[in-house]
Amino acid sequence: MEITERTLLTLIHGMGFGALYLLACSGALVELIRRYKPGSLRPIEIEDERFLGAYLVVMSVLAWITVLTGAYVIYPWYRAVPPPGTVDLGGFPQRLLMASPTTVAWHSIGMEWKEHVAWLVPISITMAAAVFIRYGRNLTRHPQLRNGVLCFVLVSFVAAGIAGFFGAMLSKYAPVQGGQTIQLVHGEKP
Amino acid sequence: MSTRTENVRAQDFPNGGGAAALLAAGIGSLMVAIFAILADKVASFKSLMIFYKPTGPLSGVTTCAILAWLICWAILHRRWSSRMVALGGITTAALILLGLSLLLTFPPIADLL
Repeated sequence: MEITERTLLTLIHGMGFGALYLLACSGALVELIRRYKPGSLRPIEIEDERFLGAYLVVMSVLAWITVLTGAYVIYPWYRAVPPPGTVDLGGFPQRLLMASPTTVAWHSIGMEWKEHVAWLVPISITMAAAVFIRYGRNLTRHPQLRNGVLCFVLVSFVAAGIAGFFGAMLSKYAPVQGGQTIQLVHGEKP
Repeated sequence: MSTRTENVRAQDFPNGGGAAALLAAGIGSLMVAIFAILADKVASFKSLMIFYKPTGPLSGVTTCAILAWLICWAILHRRWSSRMVALGGITTAALILLGLSLLLTFPPIADLL
């Protein structure tokens, strides 16, 4: 069982950072909805407040790492231009998708949307983290602000979901491959 | 009496800083979509946006949008951070900008422009 270096890094970008962000985002949404609703009678402990602040900061870091690795590590491999006369487009995912009318939309809609919509995620969650650190439990006293932050976190979840969905489908139809081969497990002969 | 107490408490934590962050995030999100559309439609702008060749115009589009967001945030924060502002309108505006950015990054909609 082996994997190429580029496939491994793509996995870390998508399954590691991206999927982890989606999981974390659902937790943040639940916490913001449940504990920070206006007029909540249950007092918010300082530990809970600190926890959610740190949680949102970690989510922001995760979101930034995801978009930066995507744009500056994975995307250049995806959009690599093959030398003239190249027949096997396996190492050139964008060109491979564009070569067939049945797959071209995975690039023209899927990748084109993914590469831009993903940037709404770090903007939204960084804002949410900054607002939460500033207001903490006092967010319950500013219901409109809390609702605004909640909507941005929700949109960051949707945007991360869109990027994750297209990332998975692009990896299915035109995976990023190449680089050194890493041997994971030596299999037995059949 | 309790309403008055709540008002005093809200004044202790002015909403201006949060409003600045919210509106700047909306503007920054829309900037991603606007710069992406411009890079797609205007050839000279597209080449101008290539900050890092392997990534292409995406590098400039996102860098400029992030800079616009941070600059907007800094300016709004400076103006509003110690004040109470009309949050209803600002939140609505920020959410409209966010919704627009979500729509305008969708290629079939961006292609209609």
